[in-house]
Amino acid sequence: MARKVAVVGTGQTRHGKRQDVSYPEMIREAVVAALEDAGLGWEHIDAVVCGSMPPPMEGTNAPHLWWADAMGACGKPLLRVATCGTTGISIAHAAYYHVASGLFDVVLAVGAEKQYEGESQGTMTTVGEPFFQRQFVAGAPGVFAYQCNEYAHRYNLDEERVRAAAAEIAVRNHVDALDNPFAHLRQRITVEDVLRSRVLAYPIRLLDCCPASDGACAVIFAAGEVATRITRTPAWVAGVGYAGEEHWVGDSDKVWWQSARQAALQAYRMAGITDPLEQLDVAELYNPFSFQELIFYELFGFCGPGEGCRLVEEGVVRRGGKLPCDPSGGVLCTNPIGATGLIRVAEAAMQVTGKAGAHQVEGARTALAHAIGGTQQINGVMILTSLD
Amino acid sequence: MEPRILKDTIALPYQWALGPVNTRFFQEFKERRIFGTRCPKCGRVLVPARAFCARCFVPLDEWVQVRDEGTIKTWTYVAYSYIGQPMQPPYVSALIQLDGADTAIPHLVAGFDLRDLDEVRARIKIGTRVRAVWREETEGTILDIKYFEPV
Repeated sequence: MARKVAVVGTGQTRHGKRQDVSYPEMIREAVVAALEDAGLGWEHIDAVVCGSMPPPMEGTNAPHLWWADAMGACGKPLLRVATCGTTGISIAHAAYYHVASGLFDVVLAVGAEKQYEGESQGTMTTVGEPFFQRQFVAGAPGVFAYQCNEYAHRYNLDEERVRAAAAEIAVRNHVDALDNPFAHLRQRITVEDVLRSRVLAYPIRLLDCCPASDGACAVIFAAGEVATRITRTPAWVAGVGYAGEEHWVGDSDKVWWQSARQAALQAYRMAGITDPLEQLDVAELYNPFSFQELIFYELFGFCGPGEGCRLVEEGVVRRGGKLPCDPSGGVLCTNPIGATGLIRVAEAAMQVTGKAGAHQVEGARTALAHAIGGTQQINGVMILTSLD
Repeated sequence: MEPRILKDTIALPYQWALGPVNTRFFQEFKERRIFGTRCPKCGRVLVPARAFCARCFVPLDEWVQVRDEGTIKTWTYVAYSYIGQPMQPPYVSALIQLDGADTAIPHLVAGFDLRDLDEVRARIKIGTRVRAVWREETEGTILDIKYFEPV
């Protein structure tokens, strides 16, 4: 039987272009912030789990070795978990497993990336195996554009309507990012700006696309009673789900995306969620490309298949709506990839503990955090709640 | 003091083993024949040929030839460039389900004016039929097909 586990502290760096600090210096910023948030010293940490994207992104392999000192990992078990785009949520899952197992009481999870230090798209292109796929995989926008383009066709939706809803999602995330002091992109944009921005990989335009960010995130997980001694506001991990599919990008359906569906259902089952729209108060979806949010609303049961646009049009998913999505400004405005999934978890924990500041969703109790990765291959979900 | 930046480049050679199934696939491919393998359990023809079925986890040894014509399942028009990009933009990258296959392969769709997105959108859609255009000299790589063109 797994032990109860809670998030007791979160920390983020200011995300963006961080050429002012070296990789370990940047990581230390997030770790110190998380320890301060939890009111803990580094000596209270029993083990460290960390990760990032494939190391050619920054050009230092086995980077956890370089980061170790900055994470206070000397003399402690240290693992690197790297699963591509899902890395951040995989780190959270791994830290959760550590504590739930009963082997460790307090575990530090750290995710980081420094996209300004290398060639992200060139690196991500080599995620595909070398014989059949990587020749045609045009970085992350090229891969996820397949899914975005197929979406309208699948449900026979008016392309203009889907285009407008995606643009509205981009605008909403940018507006929300203005209330997030950690966010990378902090600019007000309009639907017209989105539609006028240049095409990267049709149907994705520049303003439908996340930035390449530097940044780090740290989250501290603690066991049941230890957690309640550390903080009066633990964010309990109510459910976790994770699933993957074939490496072959053309083998499986990416619109009714099985691994996303499966990850969510697994987490919902564990958390006792049967009606996500009613039971979730906020969702931090992994939305590097605006169109994808529509697909996730459906896969996660916020609405039926093909109904995603309606949630945007009716304001259901905006702040003040029934289920605000990505009130942090989302991946669309901040994407230090190895940290990004963990930022979703941190933001979900901040929301359910009332620590989200200017982008706080009033009265949020239960939140969903999510991440995707690979050439449309894997998905992870974590549900956090303040309800004991 | 302005923090400094150190610049360097890492370039390393690799040599990837194809294994027996890919080796046989590309031997046939060099002769302009495309093969998949059929799963005895789920019955799907997986293209390119595989040694095992990912869903049933059983070994595959029934080789099935598929056509070099098929249908666009989805596509994108790549109009941005980056260091390390295998192709020169603009290009159309598509998932194409070949006739006789149950899976789709990624490849290029070309053979018409690719400079303008609106013209591209007029030429191809999800569901558009395409046919392989083979290189005159084949080498046994996936690029022996130059691209697929609309039928």
